[in-house]
Amino acid sequence: MKRRRTVKFNRKFSNLKKWLDPVYSAWTSIATHKLRSFLTILGIVIGIAAVIALMSIGRGTQAQIMSSIQGLGADLLGIRPGMTMAGGVRGGFGSANTLTFEDAEAIKQQVPYIAALAATFSSYQQLVAGNQNMNAQVIGTAPEYMFLYNLEVADGAFFTDYEYQRGARVAVLGANVKQTLFGDESPVGQQMRIGGNIVRVMGVLKAKGAVWASPDDAVIIPLTAMQQMVTQSRTSRGERVVTSIALKVTDQKQIELVTQQITDLLRSRHRIAPGASDDFSITSVQSVTQALSEATGTMTMFLGAVAAISLLVGGIGVMNIMLVSVLERTREIGILKALGAKERDIWGQFLTESAFLTLTGGIVGVVVGCGVSLLLSKLKVMTTLLSPDIIILAVVVSLGVGLFFGFYPAWNASRLDPIEALRYE
Amino acid sequence: MIELHQITKTYTLGKRQLQVLKGIDLCVEQGELVAIMGPSGSGKTTLLNIIGCLDKPTLGSYHLDGKEVSSLSSTELAAIRARKIGFVFQTFNLLPRLSALANVELGLKYAGMDDRDLALEALRRVGLADRASHRPTELSGGEQQRVAIARALAKRPPVILADEPTGNLDSKSGEEVLSLLTDLHKEQGITLVMITHDPDIAQRCQRIIRLKDGLVVSEERT
Repeated sequence: MKRRRTVKFNRKFSNLKKWLDPVYSAWTSIATHKLRSFLTILGIVIGIAAVIALMSIGRGTQAQIMSSIQGLGADLLGIRPGMTMAGGVRGGFGSANTLTFEDAEAIKQQVPYIAALAATFSSYQQLVAGNQNMNAQVIGTAPEYMFLYNLEVADGAFFTDYEYQRGARVAVLGANVKQTLFGDESPVGQQMRIGGNIVRVMGVLKAKGAVWASPDDAVIIPLTAMQQMVTQSRTSRGERVVTSIALKVTDQKQIELVTQQITDLLRSRHRIAPGASDDFSITSVQSVTQALSEATGTMTMFLGAVAAISLLVGGIGVMNIMLVSVLERTREIGILKALGAKERDIWGQFLTESAFLTLTGGIVGVVVGCGVSLLLSKLKVMTTLLSPDIIILAVVVSLGVGLFFGFYPAWNASRLDPIEALRYE
Repeated sequence: MIELHQITKTYTLGKRQLQVLKGIDLCVEQGELVAIMGPSGSGKTTLLNIIGCLDKPTLGSYHLDGKEVSSLSSTELAAIRARKIGFVFQTFNLLPRLSALANVELGLKYAGMDDRDLALEALRRVGLADRASHRPTELSGGEQQRVAIARALAKRPPVILADEPTGNLDSKSGEEVLSLLTDLHKEQGITLVMITHDPDIAQRCQRIIRLKDGLVVSEERT
C-alpha cells in the first residue's frame, strides 16, 4: 500500500525529480567533503558579503551627500563670474572680475519668479578675538543669504535689513569659527577683529556638517560693511565687483526660464557680442547634484570592483576544488560512463555541483553582507543603504561564478576516456 | 546477437604501436553463456570493452543486435551501454558514498528507467533487499558483487558482460555470485559473456573461447 503510493508520487513528480536529481547528487558529493566544501563556500561568502557591504556603504554615502545638497533646495541658482583670458591662457571659473553688485540689482528688478537674491563678496581674512586668531573665509552678503542657504541661528540673531542698510559692522559666526575663537562661551555682543576692523558678534550659526557649501568655517557680515572694510575692485564701468550671486526662484518649474532671462540680461549688460561665450556661469543645485551623483556613483562602482576581486579569488578557489574533485572521482566518472552516462550527463553533474557551491556561498554571503551593513549603520559607523538590486545582482553573480569557474573542470570530467577512468586508482 | 568481424585494436604509446587485438572473429548468439579465457595481456579485457561499447575497434566491424556500432559517436555508444549492456567488474566498482539501493538506481538512471521499485526488485533478486540502505563499505565482497549484479540487471539488458566477476572473492561467495549469474542466464535468457581464469567456472559455460596474443586460438563447446 505504502509502496503503491510512492510509485504514484514518483510518477507525478518525475519531472520535478529529473530537475532535482542532479542537485541531490551534487549535494551528496559536497556533503562527503564537509570541511573542504565549507572552505570553498567560505571564499564565495566573503566575496559576496564584501560586495554587498561595500556597495551598501557606497550607496549610503551617496544618499547622505545627496540629501545634504538637496537640503539647499532644488530651486537655488548660483551665478559666478567666468574665466579670465590672459594672453590666451584660461583662468579658472570665477577668476574674472565680471560679475557686479549692479548686475545683482538689475536681475532683482528685471527677472521674474525670483523669491530672494543675495550678492556675495568673499575673501579670506585674519580673525582675532582675545588671544585667539585664525584665517577664515569672510562672506559679505545680504540678509536673504540666511534664507537662500537654509541657515539656522544657534545663538543671537542673523543681521537684518536694518544692519545691512547702515553698513553696520556686525558678524555672524560659523560654528567652527566660534569654537576656535571663543571656545564654549557665548560670543554674542563681544567684539572681534576682521583684518584691521573691529566688528561686533551678532549671532552664531548652527553647525551644518554639510559636505558642500558649508558655512561652518566662515564668518558672514553685511556686504555693505564688507565694502567699507575690504578694497573691492571696480570694473571699467565703475561697477562694484562681487564673487557670486545666489538666488531662489518662486517656482521650480521656471528655473530654465529664469536661467535664460538672467543669461540674456547679463550678456546685454556685459555687452557680449552674439556668438561670443558668456563671461559668467549659472549653476543650479540640480546640476551640482547630478555631477556629484555621478562622482559618488563612480566611487560605489569602485568599491564594488575592489570587492569583486575577492569574489574572483573565491571563484578560482572553486575551480581549484572542482579540478581536485574531478581527479579524485576519475573512477566514479568511469563507472558512470560504463553505466551509460553521456558526456552531457557528467558535464551537467559537475557544473551543478560548482553552481551549488557558489550559489550556497552567494546566499550565505548576502545574509552576512546585509548583516554587516545593518550593523555598521546601527552602530553609526557609516551610513549604509541596502537595495534589492545589489542583492539580486550578488546572487546572480555567485551563480555565474560557479558556472564560469566550474565549466572547465566539468568539461575535463566529461571528456575522460571511460576505460582509463575505470583503471584509475 | 554479437558479431565481431576482423576486429583489431591498436594503442599508440608514445612512438610505439601496440596491437592488442589482431583480427578477432567472434559470434555470440542471443541467450548464450560464453567464457573468455587466456593469459594476461592476451586482450581479453580489451575485447570485452569493445563488445560493451566502452571502446571502439581500430579496424573491423561489430554488429550488436544487427546494428553496426563500430562507427558510432561516443554519445550514441553511451546510449547503447545505457540500454543494452550490463557490466560486472572484478573490483565491483560501486560508488562508495551511495547506498546499495542508490547504486542500483544509478544503473537505471541513464537508461531513463528511474524507478525505485525496479531497483528494489533487482536487489531482492540477488537476495539483498534487506541491505538496501547499506553502503558498499558495510557489505562483504560477495554482497558488493551481488549489488553490482543487481545494478547491471535492474534495467533488464539483453547482454551482461562480466570481467572476472569472482576474481576478488573467496570461493564460497565466488560460488554464490557465479550461481546467481548462471541462474539469471537460465531464467531470463540473458546473453552472458564472462572473462575467467578458473577452468571450473569456464566448464559451466556453454562455450569457451581462448585468446592468445590478440587472436582467438581455440573455441570449444562444453
